[in-house]
Amino acid sequence: MSTEKPKVAFYWCASCGGCEEAVIDLAEDILKVVEAVDIVFWPVALDFKKKDVEAMKDGSIAVSFINGAVRLSEQEEMVKLLRQKSGLVVAFGSCSHLGGIPGLGNFWNKETIFRRAYLTTPSTDNPDGTVPLEKTEVDGKELTLPRFYDTVYTLDQVIDVDYYLPGCAPPPDLIMNALQAILEGKLPPKGAVLSPNKSLCDDCKRNESKPEKLTIKEIKRPWEVELDPEKCFLAQGVICMGPATRTGCGERCIEANMPCRGCFGPTDQVIDQGAKFLSSLASILDTDDEKEIEKIVDTIVDPAGTFYRFSLPSSIFRRRRMEDIK
Amino acid sequence: MTNNKRITIDPITRLEGHGKIEIFLDDKGDVERAFLQIPELRGFEQFAVGRPAEEMPRITPRICGVCPTAHHMASTKTLDDLFHVEPTPTGRMIRELIYNAFQFEDHTLHFFFLGGPDFVVGPQAPAGDRNILGVIGKVGLEIGGKVIRARREAREIINYLGGKIIHPVCGLPGGVSKALDEEHRVQFLDSAKFIVEFSQFALQIFDDIVLKNKEYVDIVVGDAYQIKTYYMGLVDEKNKVNFYDGDIRVVEPEGKEFAKFKARDYLDHISEHVEPWTYVKFPFLKNIGWKGFVEGKDSGVYRVAPLARLNASDGMATPLAQEHYEKMYEVLGEKPSHHTLAFHWARLIEALQASESMVQLLENKDILDPNIRNIPTETPTEGVGVVEAPRGTLFHHYKTDEKGIITEANLIVATVNNAAAINMSIEKAAKALIKGGKVTEGLLNMTEMAFRAYDPCHACGTHALPGDMPLVIKIYDKDRELVKQLKK
Ligand code: SF4
Ligand code: SF4
Repeated sequence: MSTEKPKVAFYWCASCGGCEEAVIDLAEDILKVVEAVDIVFWPVALDFKKKDVEAMKDGSIAVSFINGAVRLSEQEEMVKLLRQKSGLVVAFGSCSHLGGIPGLGNFWNKETIFRRAYLTTPSTDNPDGTVPLEKTEVDGKELTLPRFYDTVYTLDQVIDVDYYLPGCAPPPDLIMNALQAILEGKLPPKGAVLSPNKSLCDDCKRNESKPEKLTIKEIKRPWEVELDPEKCFLAQGVICMGPATRTGCGERCIEANMPCRGCFGPTDQVIDQGAKFLSSLASILDTDDEKEIEKIVDTIVDPAGTFYRFSLPSSIFRRRRMEDIK
Repeated sequence: MTNNKRITIDPITRLEGHGKIEIFLDDKGDVERAFLQIPELRGFEQFAVGRPAEEMPRITPRICGVCPTAHHMASTKTLDDLFHVEPTPTGRMIRELIYNAFQFEDHTLHFFFLGGPDFVVGPQAPAGDRNILGVIGKVGLEIGGKVIRARREAREIINYLGGKIIHPVCGLPGGVSKALDEEHRVQFLDSAKFIVEFSQFALQIFDDIVLKNKEYVDIVVGDAYQIKTYYMGLVDEKNKVNFYDGDIRVVEPEGKEFAKFKARDYLDHISEHVEPWTYVKFPFLKNIGWKGFVEGKDSGVYRVAPLARLNASDGMATPLAQEHYEKMYEVLGEKPSHHTLAFHWARLIEALQASESMVQLLENKDILDPNIRNIPTETPTEGVGVVEAPRGTLFHHYKTDEKGIITEANLIVATVNNAAAINMSIEKAAKALIKGGKVTEGLLNMTEMAFRAYDPCHACGTHALPGDMPLVIKIYDKDRELVKQLKK
């Protein structure tokens, strides 16, 4: 090994910028990291023209942190290139890990999304029905835009991923732990999610108030009821994704007296977060009568959009069937 | 014409995604057109459909992780309207506290970390120094520590009440999910008092470094950074600046009130124009119409965000901020002011109002009342919510079925209101600096400064770190051969 500082890259795909903000939020701590590494890309990116990255030696970037889901041709091209140039790739945050909120776009496709954004929204004034095009000519000047896909992909559906840093956005302690582990070479087995492998309920202060069996008759929405700040949400009849969600966030939403929506994704043993939630819920309802269970489950509004709030692209369904979209 | 030269500046920023600027030269080598392209769209308006309305404040913040609190609040206010419920007085106070804390910390982030370093360290300073470390170098370590502390304490308030600083979760129709206790009120009041002091002190820095330096003042009031447009902002019943609530007021380029309307009526006043070469839409004043990327009274282009809000108001809502408001217009010599770089100044005045409001809210013990939420009893229908995000007026509009499931959503996002104006500011800077095919090195600086004044989201996260905002301008000749590359 040379004495050169390890090269680190950050790249963003379809994301909100919250993950970059999370890195900046490390404040003083990040300065220590910055001293130890050589940042060759940063969120707002360098001159990341493809050819400049191409000019780097394969594997010469020690680690690339990539946040955001993949939805545009440009993003796909960039992450493939970064994969080739990087020793390690870390999927940073819920969107690249699971698809995240932008992954809800998989209930639709490009056509319906464009139609809404550029044609039917009530403030849009577009008599000619203009929509953005991959290639346009304005007074003989050619302008191009990246292609917009029908489907949102998780990072590991596009390239091989070494580690996952969960959360929307990942909390500072997990980011620092991950950076340190990488810099010190103390790495867990490939494919690991860098947060403890147990459920949120295991760490939740309200867990003790969760009865063995739930006697609820219907599911309540958070706005409909007074929310008890001490009692388990499920015991109050309010959907909380805790049983199907990995811990490590510090129960941040619960602390604000709001139920979990699952941004950390499932634990290692679980393939599909939504299916896991449904089975956990069924198993704690105080009835064995399937009809009864069905009746209670039927009172849940938008089950797909709730159980897969952050994980639709990574679920076994991945997306709504194209032929079902009107 | 195919023998034009093309200049590409890539990447310049992030609005929703990173932007790209294309500059086209004519036969004489002068600028013909400049385009800021935003190559990203995520489709929130479509995938909101089918979601329970109360989940929107937890979904829409992902539009922007730099100002998630603005989306959270606009969305929560939309729920009030949609469910026909008023927040309890305490619920409203807690929301306003969170919102003012957010406005302060975001403005401070911008001034010290992102856009401000251009001024504090100096526009001519090496790019590598124009970041927070350069600021600390210039104003001293002690002050650098204060910047970090003030932001940390403001963010702590949002974190405590909102659950998460990035993507808060506490908003529900009729109020909030978490109450404030006396212990935290006292702690936060201490923070707020420190934050007021800090905000005054930030204005003092602006005074010492920018206003006392003629060279800087000349840049601020120079013609290259000036465009004449309409201005929009929320005002209270006395036409004072308000970030959380009020009527939307629009003034003409000469300052006369052009319109004043309720959030619910926004569709009577604002339309959005679509261009095929970018994924972003261009809002304009409906009653004037879209006349293209042009300034003046006959063009429907308007501006939002700090300077626009001050222009659209009759003053600030708090006493200290009001003093600075008066001083600013005295120095700039006109109201409305069209100087794009004065956005920085207005931003600091707004940060001061936000801090003073925090103190006012926390000194009032009513904020401790446990009655933080009214539970809706009416059938949800349709709602519009508006707030002033740090980067401008932000509109959320949802329709639901009788169960409160979203059937339609429409959003006009803060920065997007400025999209046309940003494009024009860039074109203006380019025209001033590219003549006869000769590109001045200063182009990089000026384009960047014109652009950063708007604080278009994350524009330059690199400023938080040692290093510069990377920018490359490439110039191609008629055969698309690279003839020159400027880099910093
Ligand atoms: S279901 Fe939610 S509230 Fe209940 S114990 Fe689990 S995480 Fe806590
Ligand atoms: S409580 Fe759930 S949704 Fe909230 S941060 Fe933790 S994992 Fe994410």
